[in-house]
Amino acid sequence: MVADAMSALQRRYGKTHRKDRWWVEPLLSGGGLAAFLLYSTVAVVVGPNWSYEVGPYLSPMFEPLIRPDWLPRWFSPGFLILWAPAGFRTTCYYYRRTYYRSYFLSPPACAVAEPAATYSGESKFPLILQNVHRYFMYVALVFNVLLWVGAVKSYWMPGEGLGIGVGSIVMTLNAFFLMMYSLGCHSLRHWVAGGLNSFSRTPIRRLRRKAWEIFTIANEKHRMWAWTSMIFVGLTDLYIRLVANGVITDIHTWKSF
Amino acid sequence: MPTANLKVWRGDDSGDYQNYQVEYGHGEVVLDVIHKLQATQAGDLAVRWNCKAGKCGSCSAEINGHPRLQCMTRMEIFEEGEEIVIAPLKTYKLIRDLVTDVSVNFEKAKTIPFVDLEKPAPGDVRRMAQMDIDRVQEFHKCIECFICMDVCHVIRDHPDNMDKFVGPRYFVQLAMVAMHPLDQHPKREMVAYGFGLEYCNITKCCTEVCPEGIHITDNAIIPLKERRVDELYDPLRMIGRALFGKK
Repeated sequence: MVADAMSALQRRYGKTHRKDRWWVEPLLSGGGLAAFLLYSTVAVVVGPNWSYEVGPYLSPMFEPLIRPDWLPRWFSPGFLILWAPAGFRTTCYYYRRTYYRSYFLSPPACAVAEPAATYSGESKFPLILQNVHRYFMYVALVFNVLLWVGAVKSYWMPGEGLGIGVGSIVMTLNAFFLMMYSLGCHSLRHWVAGGLNSFSRTPIRRLRRKAWEIFTIANEKHRMWAWTSMIFVGLTDLYIRLVANGVITDIHTWKSF
Repeated sequence: MPTANLKVWRGDDSGDYQNYQVEYGHGEVVLDVIHKLQATQAGDLAVRWNCKAGKCGSCSAEINGHPRLQCMTRMEIFEEGEEIVIAPLKTYKLIRDLVTDVSVNFEKAKTIPFVDLEKPAPGDVRRMAQMDIDRVQEFHKCIECFICMDVCHVIRDHPDNMDKFVGPRYFVQLAMVAMHPLDQHPKREMVAYGFGLEYCNITKCCTEVCPEGIHITDNAIIPLKERRVDELYDPLRMIGRALFGKK
C-alpha cells in the first residue's frame, strides 16, 4: 500500500518534540517493577533460611504451603507457588503496557520514537506466548480462593481459637487487593460476558451482563489495583517475616507466639 | 494581547520550520492562531480544517510533539512566550505544510467487513435492546481524526507494517462490527486470523490521544484479542470442542 508512508519529514524531526517529562512514567514504573521483582526473588530464595510463617500467619508468597518431606531443605516452597502469580502478572495487559514501555522502549512514551529498527509485536515467539494469559487467569482465580482461605485462617490460632491480630488484618487486605486486581482482569471481564454479542436474550445472559458491569468497574482501575496488590504482597510478606524473626512484635489477642 | 511564539512546518519533505509571532486573544485555540497567521503573514500556509468544533476530525496536527486537534487545543495551556511547535501528522505522507495524505486509511476501511443483519420476523422490525448496543455506541463517537493512527508506534516507527496492520481506528470499526447484536454471521474467525491484531502491544497511546475519549485499547482492541484467544488458545474451549465438537 504505502511503504513510503513515513515521509522523510519524520526522520528529520528526530525523536520527539514533546517538552513534558515523558520519561518520568516509564522510569518510575520500570523501577517499581524491578524493585518488586528483586524483592520477591530474594524473599523466595532466602525462604528456608528466614522464617516466613508464625502463629496463624503465612506469607502470601508461600500460600498455600506445599512442603512435602522429600523436598530438600535448600529448596524454597515459594518456587512451587510463585510461577502462578508471576505468569499472571507478566502476561497481564496492564503490565505488558508497562514493561513494553519501560524495558523494551517500544515505545518509551507516546509519540516518542523507539530505538528498534524492526518490530513484529506479539506475532512471533516468544511474545506470542502472551496469549497464555487466559490460562494464568484460570489459575489466578484458584489462588484468590486459597489466599482468602489463608486470610480467614489467620484469625484462628491452633490451640487457642478465634482471635485477631494486625497480621490478620494485613493478610485480609492482601487477599482483598489481589481479588480486586483479579476481578479487573481484561481476560476475566471478557470471559464472563464480553464475548457475547447480545446480552438481553436470556436471563442467564442478563446476569452475565451484570457481572460484566461489575468487573468493568474494577477493570477501569486495573492499573491502581495492579500496583496496590503488588506492593501489598511485598509488604505483607515483609511484615510476617519481621514478626516471625522477632524483629517486631505483632499486636494480637492470643496469648502465645 | 499576548503573543504566540510559533514554529510551524512549511513546505514538503524538503521544507523546514519557520518562526512566527502572532497575537491572540482570550479563549482562542491553536487553529484560531493558525488562521490569523494565514490571514496576516503566511497567506499560502496549507492547513486542513472544517468544523472548528472538534467533530470533523480535519485539523489534526502535532503540537509540541503531541498529536491532537488544533481546534480543541486552547492557547491557555501554553506559557506566554513559550515556543509552540506545530507539525503535520508524522505517520502520513506529507503534502505540504500541515496537510498530509491520509488516504491510506480509506484503503484500510475497505478491509473491514460489514454487518450481516438478521432478517426480522414477518410483520416485525429489527429490534435491539439498549443493553446490547451500549457497548457498541461508544465506537460510534469516532470522528476519524486519525490521531490514534498517527500516534501508533506500530506504523509510526515501522511503516513497513502499514500493509499488515489495520491500526487502532479500524480496530474500533472492527469491534463495532464484531460485537453487533444482530449480526447473523459473527466475525469470530475473521478476528482470529486477520487484521494484524498481534502487532498491537497494548501500550495504550491511541487511548491517551483520542479526542473523543474512546477507550480504544480496553474496549475495542483487548476484547478483539480476547475473541482471538477464545478461538485459538482457550484451554477450556479446546476441551469443550474436543468433547462436544462445538464450534
